[in-house]
Amino acid sequence: MQNFPILSLITFLPLIGMIAIMFIPKEQVKPIKILTLVITAVQVILAGLIVAFYNYSAGGINNPESFQFVEKFRWIEISGLSWIGKVKVDYFLGIDGLSAPMVLLTAIVTFVATLSSWNIPKSIKGYFALFLLLDTGMMGVFVALDFFLFYIFWELMLLPMYFLIGIWGGPRREYAAIKFFLYTLFGSIFILIVMIGLYFSSTETLVDGTKVFTFNMLSMMNKANFTPTGILSPFNPNNLRFIAYIALFVGFAIKIPMFPFHTWLPDAHVEAPTAISVILAGVLLKMGTYGILRVSYPIFPEITHQLAWYIALFGMINIIYGALCAMAQRDFKKLIAYSSVSHMGFVMLGMASLTTAGISGAILQMFNHGTITSMLFIIVGVIYDRAHTREIDAFGGLANQMPVYTGFVTLAFFAAIGLPGLSGFISEAFVFLGAFGVEAIRVITVISTSGILLGAGYMLWTFQRIYLGQLKDKWTELKDLSFREYAMLVPLSLIIIFLGVYPSAMLNIMNASVNTMVKFMADAQTLYSAMVRF
Amino acid sequence: MTNSLYLVKPEIVVTIVLVCIITFNLIFKDKPQALPWLSVIGLMITSYFVVEQFSYNSFAFASTDYKGLLVTDPFGAFFKILIVLSSVIVILFSISNKELDSAADRLGEYYSLIFGMILGMFFMVSAADLILIYLSVELLSLSSYVLAGFTKNTLRNSEASLKYVIYGGVSSGIMLFGISIVYGLTGTTNLYEINSLIQAPQINQITLLFAGILIFTGIGFKISVAPFHFWTPDVYEGAPVTITAYLSVASKAAGFALLIRFIKVTFIKSINAEGYWQVINVIDWKSFFILISIITMTLGNFAALWQNNMKRLLAYSSIAHAGYIMLGLVVMSNEGILAIIIYFTVYAIMNLGAFFIVMLIANKIGSEELDDYKGLGYSTPVLGISLAIFLISLTGLPPTAGFIAKLYLFIALVDAKMIGVAIIALLNTVVSLYYYIRVLKNMYLDKPGKEIPKFSASIPNLVLLIALVAPIIFFGIYFSPVVNLAKSSLTLFGF
Repeated sequence: MQNFPILSLITFLPLIGMIAIMFIPKEQVKPIKILTLVITAVQVILAGLIVAFYNYSAGGINNPESFQFVEKFRWIEISGLSWIGKVKVDYFLGIDGLSAPMVLLTAIVTFVATLSSWNIPKSIKGYFALFLLLDTGMMGVFVALDFFLFYIFWELMLLPMYFLIGIWGGPRREYAAIKFFLYTLFGSIFILIVMIGLYFSSTETLVDGTKVFTFNMLSMMNKANFTPTGILSPFNPNNLRFIAYIALFVGFAIKIPMFPFHTWLPDAHVEAPTAISVILAGVLLKMGTYGILRVSYPIFPEITHQLAWYIALFGMINIIYGALCAMAQRDFKKLIAYSSVSHMGFVMLGMASLTTAGISGAILQMFNHGTITSMLFIIVGVIYDRAHTREIDAFGGLANQMPVYTGFVTLAFFAAIGLPGLSGFISEAFVFLGAFGVEAIRVITVISTSGILLGAGYMLWTFQRIYLGQLKDKWTELKDLSFREYAMLVPLSLIIIFLGVYPSAMLNIMNASVNTMVKFMADAQTLYSAMVRF
Repeated sequence: MTNSLYLVKPEIVVTIVLVCIITFNLIFKDKPQALPWLSVIGLMITSYFVVEQFSYNSFAFASTDYKGLLVTDPFGAFFKILIVLSSVIVILFSISNKELDSAADRLGEYYSLIFGMILGMFFMVSAADLILIYLSVELLSLSSYVLAGFTKNTLRNSEASLKYVIYGGVSSGIMLFGISIVYGLTGTTNLYEINSLIQAPQINQITLLFAGILIFTGIGFKISVAPFHFWTPDVYEGAPVTITAYLSVASKAAGFALLIRFIKVTFIKSINAEGYWQVINVIDWKSFFILISIITMTLGNFAALWQNNMKRLLAYSSIAHAGYIMLGLVVMSNEGILAIIIYFTVYAIMNLGAFFIVMLIANKIGSEELDDYKGLGYSTPVLGISLAIFLISLTGLPPTAGFIAKLYLFIALVDAKMIGVAIIALLNTVVSLYYYIRVLKNMYLDKPGKEIPKFSASIPNLVLLIALVAPIIFFGIYFSPVVNLAKSSLTLFGF
């Protein structure tokens, strides 16, 4: 199984599907939808296979040997006598405990989002073609280990996302779409410039012993591979690693989205169709934190140590600011959007702790937030499809009218609050466990715990306003869930309950990698200590 | 003298084809539809001889002291190939351009003037003598003045031509003034001789600085960098769209080739082991070019934000691209030149493609206004998607070739440790996204004002379109061929 190109398959299957859809006449709506559904279902199966054949003891992170399902071959090589223009890019895919949960999450969320797109009103062919292109981009980001490849996938998602929000979105869709596009492109230029800088600072030794500049992320993680004079090399006394780290961090932070770069998120969420909100919250936001863990942390470990306190601080701001904003919202969807800001703050707090518990909690929180928020957005979608409004105050007493639906809502809301027994609790508990153990960020952690209280506040208050109380007369026609909506909500609920009861299923996958990373970061502190400079 | 003739075979062929077209048009006046094919065949033959030049590296028409009027080298050969290819594409565009229908009886002039431009550009990319530089620029300009106002029937067409003549006349006059000062200082017009003479300490630095900038004015006009760009939007808007496309690609390429050769041959003392140029300490070309390129790209990008006409929008975008290309010269290294060559290869394809679609749409709906593009994406899916690909490539997003072009520029900048300039250029990319995406927004996101019936292009045009779209995607994913071509075109005679 390890030699089967399963990662290429899971990444490029949607692209093949997109090309196939191009050739289906656009009147044939049914085949287009079914093809997309089949492709995303196959992705879930492939992701399941990856987990089934996953080697739990392999660490990954900075060690090329312990990555799994690796596919590596030369993609671009420009050689020649003179060194000018010499570029070597590898097609290098592989997963470890950091990316495996993300691959699984992407597959599940995309499948659910396909179901959620079933009743898209117009241009069905274009919608699903772009949807599948987006899918390829997302999957690719999580499996790429070559920086160049990573960047291509990273940018590949932007255009489909622009159109998916811009064409199929709500009334202010154009504004939201361009805001999303400009924000993320602004972030990714910083990633690009750091990528080029790292390229000129790190080398890789070829089989014949010659050293060449490289885009290989794993090579960049080994201090010995840096050149003596590169601008981002730790050996260069005038290096720009500190500035580069911040630039890279901003690039990723926009995607998280971290305060103060979060303003695109509420707009994008409110205007995007339900399925795209699900993707956006379920997968896209994780790319920011994934990028930090995959790229920033191991390539710049010494700066990470320096700035961990600030990462925790911004995590705290995200948690509290997001929760307070959520509390003030009248729009149900915007409320969920701000709750995402808050919940992603937990991920940052866990990451900043640099402990096994904290980082495990952060990765688990990424996965759990993906499933829980997807469910919340579907819940918003269900009610919006029926009532055509998302005004919280317009509702009341829906629990009597739609009892089964309200049951799922209860589950999702309590998972978001962090009720023990549901998945959200485990990850938040781990985050706090990890963060509290670190002396430096203890105060921040204590303040951040109030985020849980605030979360319970806005969630329960919303629940009360929409689902409890007196049913308004105009909503007496609302029907309960349809089969398609069951198909979306049941799998997500099962995952939430399962991981709440048995989190080890996910923790075991990431355990070896998290340990590797924590050890790597701790070792790096001594390894780089002589050259830390501001 | 005569034994140099084999070095100018392409120029000879172009001249012969030019004469053939005029003669053919005189004899068979009723068969103008054969003219483009005659031109294409002529260009095919030319390209054969141009490819031959990749293996040459010498002076042609050398005088007794072995310094010649022009040089044949791989660098020149690359730009000649680029010019030939874009000429072929533009001639194929011209077949279906409806604007030219009003001047159907004068098509002989049209094609022969294009060959006049080609001849001018060929000499521009290989000139090693100030006199030849001036003559070739004039040859190019005179032909393009006429072509810019070729259809005559619309007001803005004549306006374009007149503006072009006035601006062009003034700037070539300034250039000639600069040339005369350099001649006065050094007593020679050969770039290689000037190079060795201005290294002497007795040269008056201020005068040379003055002359250098005056000569740059003439070239700057051709490549439309700020502050010599004012003619560009008006001429691009007024000229027939085929000529606009041609001016934005071929004429600009020739201008840049001339600029690179002029700077590198005249002002470079030596090249160090890492490929960086040691500039003779008379003019601080580096700071000068940084200034010019940043102003140009920023101005082009910001002005493009407010444009409502596709041709004007692409005009400002081409100004911005001139700014980006200039960055390759800013680093003053062979790596920068490599980036420029890669950029031009990609830029030619994507810009011609974008103009081609503007033309095809204008043929159908008779307008180039952005407001009339509303909802077009749904009435003409093939053209819509192709335009989207070209615009994304012009923005420089992966996985298109435009990204690779920009990547190599930024690689050159970062390697030269000019991070600040690279960041300004990258921020400019973000600005440019806004106006490129505005076109797509109008095409896909907005409701059409009036119902537009479905339409597509004719089969030959679709084939041509695919031939332009395919490399944009292919080179975006697998760019080794472009870079290898650029690497082999890097050799300038004398270095």
